[in-house]
This record gives sequence, structure tokens and C-alpha cells, in this order.
Amino acid sequence: MNCTDFLSQLTDYFDGQISPELLEEVRTHLAGCHHCEVVLNTTRQTIEVYRGQEIYEISDDLRERLHSAIMTKCLEKKRA
Amino acid sequence: MPTIQSPGTEEIHPDVALVERAREGDTAAFEQLVRQYERQIFRVAQHITQNREDAEDITQDTFLKAYEKLSQFQGNSKFSTWLVRIAVNESLMRLRKRKTSKTVSMDEDVQTEEGSIPRDFAEWRPNPEQIFDQNELNDILRRTIQGLPPGFRTVFTLRDIENLSTEETAEALGLSIPAVKSRLLRARLQLRERLSRYFRQRKEGQPA
Ligand SMILES: [Zn+2]
Repeated sequence: MNCTDFLSQLTDYFDGQISPELLEEVRTHLAGCHHCEVVLNTTRQTIEVYRGQEIYEISDDLRERLHSAIMTKCLEKKRA
Repeated sequence: MPTIQSPGTEEIHPDVALVERAREGDTAAFEQLVRQYERQIFRVAQHITQNREDAEDITQDTFLKAYEKLSQFQGNSKFSTWLVRIAVNESLMRLRKRKTSKTVSMDEDVQTEEGSIPRDFAEWRPNPEQIFDQNELNDILRRTIQGLPPGFRTVFTLRDIENLSTEETAEALGLSIPAVKSRLLRARLQLRERLSRYFRQRKEGQPA
């Protein structure tokens, strides 16, 4: 397994959807390739940092405003 | 990791009953569905369009469309996936309108190899959350995801931020599973590469 093969398995590796044989090859490659080890670790950190932060959280005010607007329009539709 | 179940063994999702009641004209049931998913739909729209006003409009339009088309909803997908699909379509339509002549589609930008070959091999500092304050960090994350092509941004949002499975993401975007996987890999690698500029460990004596 070379670095390109390793990258092509990265998504399945994260998802735990990788066959035991391939997993063995991935592990062997990782043990001998520092670059891929770094890519693996920092890609995992990338996902975690995005998951851990609400970068577009909606404020309660906005949420209420949108909610009422939606329900008002739906009720209008229902009556029409 | 999503588990694979045969159709008969799947638990019935609580949304099914709410959708059923909403279809029969129970507005309170529909309102509960709105409450459950309005935050998510807003986040998805904001991530794809990168524009707050658009995200507000899209959130409203998505639920209105869902309300009008409730009878067309097929129980073979999750209600939330169906909603996300409407929101994604509305969001891509907005992007197209904003860019007037340029088309925006899920297939755009897949030709470019940019960022698919890693170049930065520095380890990161263990907790970016502890180096930057909340506002700084959010700013970095927003700027970084804004730089991704819309098609990659959308896949990353659904799969990694909203936690949809690969199958659900494929369904919501009308893409094949291999197409979702390849876009997800490229999105993750491009984000990783860009975030490395901020989060990489520095050797002693180097400026922060
Ligand atoms: Zn390697």
C-alpha cells in the first residue's frame, strides 16, 4: 500500500467500514509512514473541531421569529 | 457508524406518527416537526449559502414547501433527510441566483485536484480550542469552510457537521455513494490543509 492507496481508504477507515485485510495493510502503512500518520491525525482533528463548534448557531430571537413566520404562512395555506 | 438493518427490523421513527397526523390536518403535529428541525435546516442553509439572510429565507421556504408537499413524502426515507434535501435544493438555487451567470451544482469543481494531495505534514497542537478564544476559532472555521467549493462544502456539512450517514447524504443530494465519498475526502483534506496554517505546532523560538 502506498500513500495514494492509503488516502483512498481514509473515509472507510474513519467509518470503520474496512475489511480486516485492508485494515491490516492500512496499519502497516501507518506504522512506516509518518506523513500519512499526520494526515490521519489532523484530518480527524479537522472533523472534531468542526463538530465541536456551533459556528452558525441560531439565536433564540431569530429562531422564534422564523418559527412564527413559518407557522403563520402554513396556517394561511391551510385556510386557502 | 450507521448499522445496516433489514427493513422488517427497523424501529419506527417517532416522526412517522407526527407526519401522519400533520397530513390529516393536525397543525400542532406539523409545528412540532418544525421545532425539531428548524435549527438544523437553518444551519445547513447557512453553511451552503454562507449568507444569513438567505438562510433565513430558505428555512421558511423549506418548511412551507414541506407543508405543501406533505402528501408526496414517501415513508421510505427519514422525514429529516427529506427536509434536508429540500433545504439543499433551495440553497443551491439561491447560490445560482446570486452568481447569476455561473452555474452552481453538486458536480461543479470536482475536476480540480486542488487540495486532494496533502502538502502540510506538521502535527497540530492537541486542542485548537485552547489556543484561540471562541470568537477567533469560529472565525477561522467559518473563513476556512467558506473557501471550499459549494459541492464539497455541502457534503462536509451534511456528513460531518449534521452527522447524516453516507447513504442519507447521497439521498439528500441525489448523488451516488462513491460520489459522496470522494467529495467528502476532498472536502476533509482541503479543510485540513487550510486549518494547518493556524493549528500546526511550531518549533521552539518560532513566532506563533
Ligand atoms: Zn503514506
